[in-house]
Amino acid sequence: MSYVLPPVPSVDQVAVEQRAAAFTKRSIKTSAKKAALAFTVRMIDLTTLEGADTPGKVLRLCRKAMRPALDPQVPSVAAVCVYPTMVGVALRELAGSGVKVASVATAFPSGQSFLDVRLDEVRRTVELGADEIDMVINRGAWLAGDVARVHDEIASIKQACGPAHLKVILETGELGTYDQVRKASQVAMDAGADFIKTSTGKVSPAATLPVTLVMLEAIRDHFHATGRVVGMKPAGGIRTAKQAWQYLVMVKETLGDAWLTPDRFRLGASSLLNDVLLQWERARTGHYESVRSLSDD
Amino acid sequence: MDATKLHAIDPAPGASGGARSIPDVRELLFGDLWPYAPAPERNVWPIAERYGHFLDGEFVDGDGWFASVNPATEEVVTHVPTADAKVVDRAVKAARSAYETCWRDMPGAERGKILYRIGRMIQERSRELAVLESIDNGKPIKESRDVDVPLVAAHFLYYAGWADKLRYAFPGASVAPIGVAGQVIPWNFPLLMAAWKIAPALAAGNTVVIKPAETTPLTMTRLCEIFVEAGLPPGVVNVVHGAGATGKLLVEHPGIDKVAFTGSTEVGKLIQRALAGTGRRLTLELGGKGANIVFDDAPLDQAVEGIVAGIWFNQGHVCCAGSRLLVQENVADALLAKLDERMATLRVGDPLDKNTDIGAINSRAQLEKIDELVAAGRDEGADMHQLACPIPERGFFFRPTYFTGVTQSHRIAREEIFGPVLAVQTFRTPDEAVQLANNTPYGLSAGIWSDKGSKLFSIAGAMRAGVVWGNTFNAFDPGSPFGGYKESGFGREGGRHGLLPYLEVTG
Repeated sequence: MSYVLPPVPSVDQVAVEQRAAAFTKRSIKTSAKKAALAFTVRMIDLTTLEGADTPGKVLRLCRKAMRPALDPQVPSVAAVCVYPTMVGVALRELAGSGVKVASVATAFPSGQSFLDVRLDEVRRTVELGADEIDMVINRGAWLAGDVARVHDEIASIKQACGPAHLKVILETGELGTYDQVRKASQVAMDAGADFIKTSTGKVSPAATLPVTLVMLEAIRDHFHATGRVVGMKPAGGIRTAKQAWQYLVMVKETLGDAWLTPDRFRLGASSLLNDVLLQWERARTGHYESVRSLSDD
Repeated sequence: MDATKLHAIDPAPGASGGARSIPDVRELLFGDLWPYAPAPERNVWPIAERYGHFLDGEFVDGDGWFASVNPATEEVVTHVPTADAKVVDRAVKAARSAYETCWRDMPGAERGKILYRIGRMIQERSRELAVLESIDNGKPIKESRDVDVPLVAAHFLYYAGWADKLRYAFPGASVAPIGVAGQVIPWNFPLLMAAWKIAPALAAGNTVVIKPAETTPLTMTRLCEIFVEAGLPPGVVNVVHGAGATGKLLVEHPGIDKVAFTGSTEVGKLIQRALAGTGRRLTLELGGKGANIVFDDAPLDQAVEGIVAGIWFNQGHVCCAGSRLLVQENVADALLAKLDERMATLRVGDPLDKNTDIGAINSRAQLEKIDELVAAGRDEGADMHQLACPIPERGFFFRPTYFTGVTQSHRIAREEIFGPVLAVQTFRTPDEAVQLANNTPYGLSAGIWSDKGSKLFSIAGAMRAGVVWGNTFNAFDPGSPFGGYKESGFGREGGRHGLLPYLEVTG
């Protein structure tokens, strides 16, 4: 039987943006700030997705992922996110570290390829040993109204993932409205997504607070309806520690503290980590380090 | 409350997720895994032991000093005197003299210049005003900083713009100021209510004698300082302190041409009775029992925010509060489950902490009134749902509360509680929603939540309420008129309409 989208509540644009802005008013100070910085590092999917990625670049990123700073108190990040061809390099470097290897399969970032090609890409990437697959949904089919096809594709990719965790990228910047984001979130979760993710980082706007809030609310309703835990990953555009803890505040007050773990929440980012490290030093020593003392990886 | 059942579906094949599933526990845990550290705003501005009346441009000592108390700590904030008949008379005379000798005949552009200056100076001193407002009133700094003070400035700036355009406000008519306005304002938005009253009166060329509420006199004294600094001529605004007796002296003073009162319906009726036959103008902005109507096609998650903004904003000390929730029966369980989760994240406590959502009840007397009505709600058989959160040992605090199983005859459905207490009722059809919403002696505000524009407009048209919000609640703008129907009073404040009570419109 073909998939039918269940009724989902509508989203009011003005009100949801107001609510999202309210989370930025939480004042995160002293001990709360230190905890937020540690949470943030542990939840980062440290990402490099460039045509110019080389084994050397990925290797440096992996080293940084495992030990982001000289201070041994700084935890390692959740995962390194790379293109499928770099999975082998990342795996070798990260072996035994606890840092996961995530890879963007399914003709990232557009998704505009044949389903069997995308499925094959997923299978091969998982065979290489990737722990997590970040797929993109078929926005062409979505915008053309073929919801069932989007659902079935995600479901078959989920199957192809086998033991690997599946993060489903909605590319919210291409969906146009919050209502579409809410519906697409529902479809992805119904099709078996372990995480839903806002963006590829290749389209602007990428992650925003209100779009993430809409997705968190979809996760909440799905949890109540089915008991199934789905994780959330905003990605793209999150560059500062302050932005990161605004997301954490939103997660805490929408899904509760149980979601404040890398198993349920990730931040897809590349430059965020260095800002967090600056703030970490600031919190530890009372003054800012020069950015020159941080690695650019 | 059962878990939200928005749609019953079986997990898709392959979606079981193995160990990730938590089959039976579907509660969200709003715990302390990441507690917010205290983030208190500090008061670095001196507060004097005493502040006098403000008469003819100067602070003047008086008799009958009484204390204003910080409701969050029960500590004395400052003292103000009680104005007797002589003081009130002096204030009215000062206002009359300022009216006749300078303000009435000052070119509108000049009046506007001073009002603009006042608005800008409020913005410059916004942090100070917000902190002092929270200390004296008990409202969270988040609200005094982000809502009250910005709106106060906006109100002065808005009416500054009208000062030199009065002859275009009502095309075809000629306009003139009325004279001396006697104004009595409540404690729930001390500065904002002062701005609502003073700004239009001054823009239109009137002078003012105003009495702030006896529990919240502090920020008015700062506003007086700003008036002086901004170059407002002496006597244009005069402030007399005191409780109800002083208010009575002021509104019944024969030298007053126009009375504006914001407060309880009970007192409003007394004032109207006293002014009958005197020919003096009167506007009343009184109580309310606003209905927040949520239809089954509403954006539910945002409607929850509207409920929160409607009843838990400013501890529910809002005359236009959405103190009745009317929810369509087929989404009532889902909505209330969401409301429970949202309520669990509310933070009650120190008003000066930037993370506090709900501060202190303004006075012991108000707390007792809330206690009494909540007890009545339980006695009459309604089901109470209250956030089980810690509250400070000292000070006047009340936990956010809502009642289900409320019938139209319950006191909590009919009387204004003026606290963080919501009465929830269900309806079946739009007609029933309209009937329930209008079945109240009040008529100040209403909110409608629906994704359907046509429904928003048709229901809004059927509301006997002065302000109707669509998919939002407690949203204010100086350009938008505000006022009541029925026992919520008459006259409009804000916008072009807000000029009318302060103008003689002829021809």
